[in-house]
Amino acid sequence: MDFLSPEEWTAVALSLRVSLWATVVALPLAIWIAVLLARREFWGKQLLNGIVHLPLILPPVVTGYMLLLTFGRRAPVGSWLADTLGLVFAFRWTGAALAAGIMGFPLMVRAIRLALESVDPKLEQAAATLGAPRIWVFVTVTLPLILPGIIAGAILGFAKAMGEFGATITFVSNIPGQTQTLPSAIYAFLQVPGGEASALRLVAVSVTIAMAALIGSEILARRATKRMMGT
Amino acid sequence: MSLSISIQHRFEGFTLDTSFEAPAGVTALFGSSGSGKTTLVNAVAGLLRTDQARVQIGERVLCDSAKGLFLPPHKRRIGYVFQEGRLFPHLTVRHNLRYGRWFSGRRGDRTEEARVVDMLGIGDLLDRRPGALSGGEKQRVAIGRALLSQPLLLLMDEPLAALDEARKAEILPYLERLQDETDIPILYVSHSVAEVARLATTVVLLDKGKLLKTGPTAQVMSDPALAPAFGLREAGSVLAATVTAHHADGLTELMAAGGQVFLPRIGVAPGNTVRLRIHANDVMLSLDRPERISALNVLPCKVTAIRSGGGPGAMVQLKAGQDQILARITKRSATLLDLHPGSEVFAIVKSVSVAQADIGARDQSMAKSDTTT
Repeated sequence: MDFLSPEEWTAVALSLRVSLWATVVALPLAIWIAVLLARREFWGKQLLNGIVHLPLILPPVVTGYMLLLTFGRRAPVGSWLADTLGLVFAFRWTGAALAAGIMGFPLMVRAIRLALESVDPKLEQAAATLGAPRIWVFVTVTLPLILPGIIAGAILGFAKAMGEFGATITFVSNIPGQTQTLPSAIYAFLQVPGGEASALRLVAVSVTIAMAALIGSEILARRATKRMMGT
Repeated sequence: MSLSISIQHRFEGFTLDTSFEAPAGVTALFGSSGSGKTTLVNAVAGLLRTDQARVQIGERVLCDSAKGLFLPPHKRRIGYVFQEGRLFPHLTVRHNLRYGRWFSGRRGDRTEEARVVDMLGIGDLLDRRPGALSGGEKQRVAIGRALLSQPLLLLMDEPLAALDEARKAEILPYLERLQDETDIPILYVSHSVAEVARLATTVVLLDKGKLLKTGPTAQVMSDPALAPAFGLREAGSVLAATVTAHHADGLTELMAAGGQVFLPRIGVAPGNTVRLRIHANDVMLSLDRPERISALNVLPCKVTAIRSGGGPGAMVQLKAGQDQILARITKRSATLLDLHPGSEVFAIVKSVSVAQADIGARDQSMAKSDTTT
């Protein structure tokens, strides 16, 4: 493709990889947290709710810095992960994925929680009287019913990951091919003379991906809803 | 299989405290709204954890708070038909029906499924989703779904309450059929006297969380002391009668314990038994056998009890053969006729309705209603 230079392509591919990983890993966790928040009563529920929503209200730079303090090479969690699992986040694309995932997490949880709250618990009771253990009630009744919400949450999380800038650049810097995602690349191009053309092309790519994701999710969610309404 | 239930639960401003035993068949839980019927069935199903509970079906104890035993709902093997159906909207009718079988450990029993589908007349709906069903169809599927989960007890919480009269009439025959074709005990919650008269073997009368009375349907419904609980307008007795002949003038002749009864033609063959319902309001009393009167159904009776409250009316319980009949007259008439227990009177029954066409006769009445639906 001549439309983008190899350098620009690298940024686009990296962004897609980072966002996909962020979404795929965060999604099951987001479903679990959403279930806890929507259905369970436990001590510290408000605290958990607050922590989950923190990235949404903190300046992204602050989130990025806190990530650095926690997952940096010499930080407690970061060094432990590097030693035991060989998982390094600092200044790697994995770190960008972590930052993107955490920034998108509250959006996913909110969308899924909203869907969960609209599921009639009476249907789950009915499933239980038919002999389904709790976990199977969740898999066969709850999960299919919140599918539109899960799709919406995943797309929101993905879009947030694609656009994440502040936390990423603070946590993992702006290394081409490693941590330079689309927004970082656009920012970098705008800093050098004559980079406007590159920046503009990346903006176009960015808009296209965002629109495609949005339309795709709309179609999926509509199909899921339609299936349920029996038409 | 007999049923033994004992539930105590305290809500804010309301205490449910009820114990009863019921034989096999349909046990109707009757009471006005707020009498604790739904709480009771939810406790039986395990959906509600009450302060005290002991539920036993046959030899199987589902919960016993004295021993700290509480089976979770999915281990109770109870089929629950809810008022609002509660079908799974994301599954087809077929998969809704099969849902319980996934967990009962008895896979692949296609003949049982075919039998239930046929009994409920839902064969044409199997590939549809609940969103595309009418209210009556949904309820039939819900009944089928509960039946196919191989339950030891069927709970029905006002399964007809959300339906209009036409849909009710559509489902009632299936419920009667259910009663005949399965031996699963049924606990049927209702606040409709007509449904109780039609379906119940045993009536459990609840009032504000307390047990008012339990016993065989005919006995409970003809108790003048309980008439206010059923509502004075709805109060009345049920009795069994055998069809003896169909006459050319369009009448069917039946024999009840108290004598001959005529009804506009019913689709039940001679020799079969039906359950009749006589409203207390439709019975007049006369000291002499009335001659030259248009009413066809006149039964000689003996007064067994008279009960009057603060109003102008009196409820008179009569014995006609082995059957008991309720008559609602005014206090003034009771005094004028000098009625007291032991008085011999004639009951002039203005109208009789068939509450239920019994076993054997059902096939024909079903065949008839099948052609009209």
